Amino acid sequence: MDEFIQEFLVEGGELLDQLDRDFVELEKDPTSKELVARIFRAIHTLKGTGGTIGLKKLESVNHVGENILSRLRDGKLRLTAEIISALLAMIDINRQLFASVESTGQEGDLDLTETIRSLNEILNGQQELQGAAKSENDSTLAGAPGSTLLGKILVEKGAVEEAKLVEALEVQRSGDPRRLGEILVQSGVVPQTDVQDALQSQYESREDAVNSSIRVDVNLLDKVMNLVGELVLARNQVLQFTSNQKDPAFLNTAQRLNLITTELQEGVMKTRMQPIGNVWNKFPRIVRDLANSTGKSVRLEMEGAQTELDKTIIEAIKDPLTHVVRNSLDHGIETPAEREAAGKPLQGLLFLRAFHEGGQVNIEISDDGGGLDLDAIREKALERGIFSSQHAAKMSDREIGNLIFMAGFSTADKVTNISGRGVGMDVVKTNVEKIGGTVDVSSVRGHGTTLKIKIPLTLAIIPALIVTTGGERFAIPQVSLVELVRLEGKAAETGIEMIQEVSVYRLRGNLLPVIYLNRELKLGSKGGKAAEEVINIVVLQADGRQFGLVVDEINDTEEIVVKPLSKQLKGISCFAGATIMGDGKVALILDTFGLAQHASLAGESRTHGVSAAKGGLGESAEQRESWLLFRAGDHGKLAVPLSMVSRLEEFDPKTIETSGNRQVVQYRGEIMPLVRVADALQLPVETAGEGSIKVVVHSEGGHSVGLVVDEILDIVDQHVTVTKRADAHLLGSAVIQQRVTDLLDVPELVMSIAGEGRTA
Amino acid sequence: MTATQQQFCTFYIQGLLFGVEVETVQEVIQHQEMTGVPLAPEVVAGLINLRGQIVTAIDLRRRLGVCDRPGDALPMNVVVRTGDGAVSLLVDEIGDVVEVEQRDFEEAPDTLACTSRELIRGVYKLKKELLLILDTQRSVNISASASESSRACQ
Repeated sequence: MDEFIQEFLVEGGELLDQLDRDFVELEKDPTSKELVARIFRAIHTLKGTGGTIGLKKLESVNHVGENILSRLRDGKLRLTAEIISALLAMIDINRQLFASVESTGQEGDLDLTETIRSLNEILNGQQELQGAAKSENDSTLAGAPGSTLLGKILVEKGAVEEAKLVEALEVQRSGDPRRLGEILVQSGVVPQTDVQDALQSQYESREDAVNSSIRVDVNLLDKVMNLVGELVLARNQVLQFTSNQKDPAFLNTAQRLNLITTELQEGVMKTRMQPIGNVWNKFPRIVRDLANSTGKSVRLEMEGAQTELDKTIIEAIKDPLTHVVRNSLDHGIETPAEREAAGKPLQGLLFLRAFHEGGQVNIEISDDGGGLDLDAIREKALERGIFSSQHAAKMSDREIGNLIFMAGFSTADKVTNISGRGVGMDVVKTNVEKIGGTVDVSSVRGHGTTLKIKIPLTLAIIPALIVTTGGERFAIPQVSLVELVRLEGKAAETGIEMIQEVSVYRLRGNLLPVIYLNRELKLGSKGGKAAEEVINIVVLQADGRQFGLVVDEINDTEEIVVKPLSKQLKGISCFAGATIMGDGKVALILDTFGLAQHASLAGESRTHGVSAAKGGLGESAEQRESWLLFRAGDHGKLAVPLSMVSRLEEFDPKTIETSGNRQVVQYRGEIMPLVRVADALQLPVETAGEGSIKVVVHSEGGHSVGLVVDEILDIVDQHVTVTKRADAHLLGSAVIQQRVTDLLDVPELVMSIAGEGRTA
Repeated sequence: MTATQQQFCTFYIQGLLFGVEVETVQEVIQHQEMTGVPLAPEVVAGLINLRGQIVTAIDLRRRLGVCDRPGDALPMNVVVRTGDGAVSLLVDEIGDVVEVEQRDFEEAPDTLACTSRELIRGVYKLKKELLLILDTQRSVNISASASESSRACQ
């Protein structure tokens, strides 16, 4: 394509964006001459340049627009909402023409007659105003373009009183050919030096706008960025040589190279940064249009628009943010009538805020609308079988609120179509998480909703924890890191407990599933002895779950440059990419989420390891369930659905007390009855061991019952076919792990105990 | 160079002379230190740092299904450009760049092992030896089957 046209498309595109904002601004402040003048200039440029490079349609449509603007500017036309809508429609036509030129090089066969006709109607419709608006308050500061700025600057500096300035402007308008500055100086109102200063600052402000930036091809920037990366590596190698060099001149040079490289790296990083305002800029228009179409009145406020983010991230959050803003307007903010009934100001508020915090960018989108209907969400979730009713009772409002991010409130393979708020929010979450961010929603019914998005500053360079396992280094992105746990001596021997093949660690009372990096990646562990004495657990968070990752060594945190893996290795979900370390060697970056999935922790309960009971209903809907296998008495294997298990505990036999005819234990501030499964099933009992008593805790409706078992065997995840049995307290039998296993009917067992308790 | 002539960058794998079109070769470099990729198909030897670019190295011996290099022998890297960026092919030894005539070309014999036949586009009959032409794109395409390719060791 022609270079001129290319350039025009880029610049014109920016003008159109600016016009969008200015029009919305103008609607709020219809008397602003400055805005009208700016809009006029922009449209004039579009018309003029468009015409010069042969875009006739563009020229003709903007010509009419320009006429309207010039009348507005001269006060011959009064600004109304219709005019703004029509002019915005004209901007949209401009965009369509731009798109057409960009893809085909031609303006296409877009029919403009209708647009031009309606614009002309506006132009002619208010002709009668012409006379009426004659007595414009032209003598205000804003009145005379050209000298406006100088006058303003002088007044702001306190060099001249406004009244005097108005006088001077009058003189100028009455036909005096002298410039404003000259008039002021010659009439002795302002000293010469002040005018010169003001002229200087006027000149500078113009300079700034025109000359302070240039356009650079992003590919070129990427290339420069890569080269700087290489330079950093070369610098590191040079610095390594300095350690055995004595020549002071060389050492000085190396030191200088070091400093310059660091500064260069920072500088290049900055070139990729863009203010988030670049994305927000289009929101005023979106908000205006949506508010008009839904009959709502909404004020948009933005704070921190200058917060900078890497270009790639800006691109990635553009759509999710737009979606959230639309959602807030669509479903969050109520109609004026509803707002009035609720005693709120008629105009709703949509507030965007961005700020840096802890190496991350926080973006908050809040509205003062109706808030999330948590009860409805809870109900829907129950209906969909996402969790059981006893679980729902325990969930916090925040947890419930965050359900809106689940794909249609269901597991992934189900239909995702539901109506109302929540549709598409899963996409928002996915997109944000794709770039290493997190989303959280908080809402107060009747007072509004706030969505918080946290995203890394840049994708290209991230802080990471470097760990070693099996002699290989791996980088773990800092965002998924929760804490580090180091077990030494005795703790290292006994800290990690096993439930058959599943390792768990008690982290402040909660069971944390633990996986070993060397086993997951099939690496040999280096030097077994160190691993015995010290266990390093990296506690990670992935998609709302926490798990522990055991590594041989924890090295350091470092800023790493993320590079993608080649196609041959894309299939390995455990790695997010690779990076080059300071010594020039390559290290792999672990993908926390992929690793968790690889270790099949994905099916684990959210947030608190095994402790938070997992959703039994959701599981059964999938016809798959996790089962806790255990042994009671001499009986073979018994199983209970893991969803029925809230915790696994061990008690000292001494802590068991008797209440009535029942054995109880004090547990979490309440008295928990114990049921010996072997006794309940009338199974032959082994001689009671000396050790601790193993208890499967089942909680329902806020009350817990402890099932005393002899041994916890395993947790399996499999589909079972139940063969009914007539025995009391048993659901039936099933084949689990190739063995016939009796399934305990926990609710029935608990009921029968409760019944006994009442009769007793 | 006429239309019937072509240039190939040659290298040896287990005594056999292989060639790839000179245009596809980005560079030939010494053995580089590699970072192994756990869980990767075994034909992936590791990742190398090629002046700031991370390049996947594919062991052609494994790819062709012949036995591994003797312990102390270090492979050379033939870095080729593919549709998805640069990939390094690990070979035993580097040969010359040879010019061949189209009339010396022949299809690979059917009796070649299955994996080899898939990767070898044909044979040029040189004066002293045979030059096997490697299909680079297929060589770097690692499907699940490739990693399970039978490795008959002679």
